[in-house]
Amino acid sequence: MSTLTESKLDPTTADYRQVVLAGDYFSYVVKKGQTLRIVDLEGNQAADTLFYDAHEPTNRFSASDTIRHQAALYLTTGTRLMSTEGDALLTIVADTCGRHDTLGGACSRESNTMRYALEKESMHACRDSFIRGAQEIACNCGTAHVARHDWGKRDITCNINFFMNVPVTPDGRLTFEDGVSGPGRYVELRAERDVIALISNCPQLNNPCNAYNPTPIEVIIWDSE
Amino acid sequence: MTIAPLFTKQLDHAGLWSGVISRGKTLRLTDLEGGANVGLLLYNADQTTERYNLPDTLKGQHIFHVRAPFCLHSDMGRILASIVADSAGWHDTACGCSDAKLVAQKYDEKNYQTARNEFHRNARDAFLIELAKWDLGKRDLVPNLNLFSKVMADDAGRLTFVPNHSKAGGSIDLRFEMNTLVVLNTCQHPLDPDPVYHPRSVRLEVFATPPPPNDDPCRNSRPENVRGFINTENYYVLST
Repeated sequence: MSTLTESKLDPTTADYRQVVLAGDYFSYVVKKGQTLRIVDLEGNQAADTLFYDAHEPTNRFSASDTIRHQAALYLTTGTRLMSTEGDALLTIVADTCGRHDTLGGACSRESNTMRYALEKESMHACRDSFIRGAQEIACNCGTAHVARHDWGKRDITCNINFFMNVPVTPDGRLTFEDGVSGPGRYVELRAERDVIALISNCPQLNNPCNAYNPTPIEVIIWDSE
Repeated sequence: MTIAPLFTKQLDHAGLWSGVISRGKTLRLTDLEGGANVGLLLYNADQTTERYNLPDTLKGQHIFHVRAPFCLHSDMGRILASIVADSAGWHDTACGCSDAKLVAQKYDEKNYQTARNEFHRNARDAFLIELAKWDLGKRDLVPNLNLFSKVMADDAGRLTFVPNHSKAGGSIDLRFEMNTLVVLNTCQHPLDPDPVYHPRSVRLEVFATPPPPNDDPCRNSRPENVRGFINTENYYVLST
């Protein structure tokens, strides 16, 4: 169904490594030509991820443009992550998981009330991490590397869920299934331009996307060869 | 609905339109020729940072397409609109909109200078033009609905556009549960393989409709939708 592609890059030679705990946000500028790897350290974790053109953040990852360009739903090796302006932001160059979701979006405290129960509202959720992560991009990424931009909720668009398995059936149903991912599986992307990666390592406890046990991920970056 | 519409408009060629439709009114869209596509985005008219959300609409109802009696969810746990009637039975949620590059490649370029108002429009430009009139812009462009169009996915996630899905005279009724900014256009579906540029005519009619009762089929189509309606009612209890 999908082919797994391993990378030849060695993490011990990486230029940057950062573990991101479940429930935390992370942002970083990945320069054109650099390679970004996201590792599912313990397996069955959802890494909710958004990408923006670092110099023009309104030009951002678009789930629907990505789906339209490849005429397919799932992301894997060869997928070009397309922007709202029709640009390829990054290309998936290795993938030991096999499929990644971009229909399921992020959890939010508000959608948790709708999906699970009204009293789930207090539980930590990805959208809150995305909002705080976006607000701190200028601080975290350095103003020299990112365009001036008044970050806010409008910037939180439909994201990628790396390692998450959301199968669609031919009769149009959508299901959340226990992952095709496992401990140490990873996805690797080559930046086609300078991009901001904004990640919320998902804290969702109410569905199998994290095996009901959110765990850390690792971000690894190599300079261009 | 045998009552007279409060508002009627016909969109021909690649028509674009936006307007605020208040809570309690119903928009009927009618495919006048068959094979229409209506690209649609929805925003809370009173606070436009709240908008139609593809993932919550799908996750909340365990669906990949929308149809009656499902609902269109905002990103705030609320219901913007309910699909109270629908002849097509499947409306695409995932494929987004055409842009200038796609239209030029698929249909060849036809500009205003040579073609006057027969020039080729694309859905992305149409959205951006109408969004700007409400002080919205590129940051507000999110994955849109494609009403009347059917796109199926196989087990590997590969997508197939189903031609001639909507029939002439087919319609969909959207009952608004919130005061909603509606932004739409009739550009062709981006995966429609038809090499002929031929956006179909669509009629818009708006009716005044009674508030949904507690046994409303859309409200009760999923437990998630019941909670979405409660969230929506609470919002208006506080704000009106």
